[in-house]
Amino acid sequence: MAGAIEPGRQVSAAPFAIELKGISKAFGPVQANKDISIQVAKGSIHGIIGENGAGKSTLMSILYGFYKADSGEILIDGQATSIPDSQSAIRAGIGMVFQHFKLVQNFTVLENIILGAEDGALLAPSISKARKTLAELAREYELDVDPDAVIEDLSVGHQQRVEILKALYRQANILILDEPTGVLTPAEADHLFRILRGLKDQGKTIILITHKLREIMEITDTVSVMRRGQMTATVKTAETNPEQLAELMVGRKVLLRVDKTPAQPGRTILEVENLRVTDEQGVERLRGVNLQIRAGEILGIAGVAGNGQSELLEVLGGIERGTGTIRMNGVELDLSGRHSDGQSRRADGIAHVPEDRQVLGLIMDFAAWENVAFGYHHAPEFQKNALLMDNAALRADCEAKMARFDVRPPIPSLAAKNFSGGNQQKIVVAREIERNPDLLLIGQPTRGVDIGAIEFIHKQIVALRDAGKAVLLVSVELDEIMSLSDRVAVMFDGRIMGERDPATTDERELGLMMAGIAGESAQ
Amino acid sequence: MDYATFLQILDTTLRLATPLLFACLAGLYSERAGIFDIGLEGKMLMAAMCAGSVAFLTGSVWLGVLAAIGGSLVFALVHGLASITFRGNQLISGVALNFVASGITILVTLALFNQGGRTPPLEGGARMQEITLPLADTLRGVPLLGPFYADVISGHPLLVYVGLLLVPATWWLLYRTRFGLRLRAVGENPASVDTAGVSVARMRFAAVLIAGVLCGLAGAYMATGLQAGFGREMTAGRGYIALAALIFAKWRPWHALWACLLFGFFQSLALRPDVLENLGMKIPVPALDALPYVLTVIVLAGLVGKAIPPRAGGEPYVKER
Repeated sequence: MAGAIEPGRQVSAAPFAIELKGISKAFGPVQANKDISIQVAKGSIHGIIGENGAGKSTLMSILYGFYKADSGEILIDGQATSIPDSQSAIRAGIGMVFQHFKLVQNFTVLENIILGAEDGALLAPSISKARKTLAELAREYELDVDPDAVIEDLSVGHQQRVEILKALYRQANILILDEPTGVLTPAEADHLFRILRGLKDQGKTIILITHKLREIMEITDTVSVMRRGQMTATVKTAETNPEQLAELMVGRKVLLRVDKTPAQPGRTILEVENLRVTDEQGVERLRGVNLQIRAGEILGIAGVAGNGQSELLEVLGGIERGTGTIRMNGVELDLSGRHSDGQSRRADGIAHVPEDRQVLGLIMDFAAWENVAFGYHHAPEFQKNALLMDNAALRADCEAKMARFDVRPPIPSLAAKNFSGGNQQKIVVAREIERNPDLLLIGQPTRGVDIGAIEFIHKQIVALRDAGKAVLLVSVELDEIMSLSDRVAVMFDGRIMGERDPATTDERELGLMMAGIAGESAQ
Repeated sequence: MDYATFLQILDTTLRLATPLLFACLAGLYSERAGIFDIGLEGKMLMAAMCAGSVAFLTGSVWLGVLAAIGGSLVFALVHGLASITFRGNQLISGVALNFVASGITILVTLALFNQGGRTPPLEGGARMQEITLPLADTLRGVPLLGPFYADVISGHPLLVYVGLLLVPATWWLLYRTRFGLRLRAVGENPASVDTAGVSVARMRFAAVLIAGVLCGLAGAYMATGLQAGFGREMTAGRGYIALAALIFAKWRPWHALWACLLFGFFQSLALRPDVLENLGMKIPVPALDALPYVLTVIVLAGLVGKAIPPRAGGEPYVKER
């Protein structure tokens, strides 16, 4: 390429790939970015870490031309650059891999690659050029994908490669990845990191946005920490540690490990035998699941999203119908008849914190006190008389729960949508745990929840276990499964691949099982 | 049924399928770009009124065609503003435009001609002339194919041939050009187009305006080619049949042609109850009229393969990270 810098020369004198000076951006009264300055060295991997709502994504959206900064300056390769839209960002050599891929599902890989970067009015020349370029990129960076495959037939990991290829095809020199590993298996994440290192070796600059401290430590050269719209620190990764980063993110000391004593399992609470669920399309999502949970233990279900964990939670919670046997405290539950619903399950002592709290856990437009009561609003203490609910009692109950679970702000009349992700989750968890269930089903307990709230929710789960209750934990975060569970079961393709003791297994072994390679055959 | 009658029915089929085809292709462009267009009916009606009125007043059918396109484009623009710029509900916007069209066409024709919401009959240069294709009379003597060419293929107004040519043209545009790629992408996942640095609103407006032009041609053909003048509510639900044909065709151009010909065939049978009776079939005309809708319901129910509409159809695009 014209103007390429000779390798080995003027490394220290080279301008930064990206330099931001005093970027501020407000949405109404909310100051999303406050006077942010950052320098990203050419050919480095720069991590940006921060809690949800810290302003990382806003900052990157400004860089990609989605939002316009209220004030501040963007320098690309030392040149002041204005980025009013995505087209200018692409022209400035910036490529972005979004958390939710921007691919057309029923287009081929090639069609997705050239979309918006066509060479002329006719497609054929662009397609054949892209085919050639793709072959070169695949060789250079381990980025193989079948160029003629249709996106919806590809695995999530391959779809992500298409996104990276899209950026490279547009000759991006700076690649921004937003939470890239959230949907990947550990093996896929390793592959991604190999790709990123390869890109870095070719002189590309990479910005990695994540909330996973482990990834920051593993792959970045430099890390910037954001908190409440401000850049609180930029440090060399080699000179920091996860504890320090967590403290910078949250603003106080955070316990990263879950503090718990060994489990004291008691009698069997839940027994599941040959449980099967078939979805509306006729696809079998659960293919004969067997498991048991005893009082006083946490069973963690690990797996890549979409391997039947959701169906397992839903059939146990009475939302989904299935066949097989579920015994709760020795009593068989109705799986497909009149008593197969959430209300009956609650009566049987099962509480359910659903995976997607905004869809199944809360009604976003309803007030906190209403949300805290849902499912339990039939309780006698909430009835004024035969006809009317006792709203005052409901509000008082909500206030008490908000105080115990440190929900902020503690305003029962505030609509659910006005709480942050962590506080929304606390509302759901408070509702389910405070009813003292024998079995708690909890899915993705800390998805989109900030570190401070994660610590709190984990403590509540362990406390419930220590009170002699059974917990079924489903999470795609392997760290969470490993640190909370007393036993770990891995799900793949609607089956339990095997069970492991978290103390004696490791991520590699679980990762292989999550990819469908049986525990026995994995070395 | 003799061969001549059969050819007559095919001839009528082609005539009746043409407005369906224009409207169906209009819907195809719009819906492939993610904008539902239930207002095909209204745009056709508006176009037919403009065509009939201007053709009568000026005596020129081609000025009438231009006016039809203009009137239909105004409606398309309103639909675009409502559903793209202001992110309104596309179905409600379309239904509203149908009501407006229904009222305004009668109002204008009453004010202009005072003949009960019709234009006076069009004559001469105000009507679309039928074109005799080359060699039609020479080849008439060839057994079977000769009369077919002379009576069915030849002898239609220009717009019939334009409609037929639009089918391969649309296919080529959609699948072989940059414009088509972006159009299809914007109906499937507008965010992918947006992040690629292409304006979603501009693509969608382009599609909606193309739909406007095509509905304009549909309406112009109805008022000046198929019939000699505008009559109140003359589109008689053709916009909805075209939508049904679009679903039946699963949003694909060639299939749209076959669907429109099939539905046109039903309509021409409905005009000739004697033919069916001679064949020993007593099918009430309303049953024939309902057939397109019945077939569409069958397709929608998934009995003949699955009809998957463009995934972003009906959804206003809101930019989010």
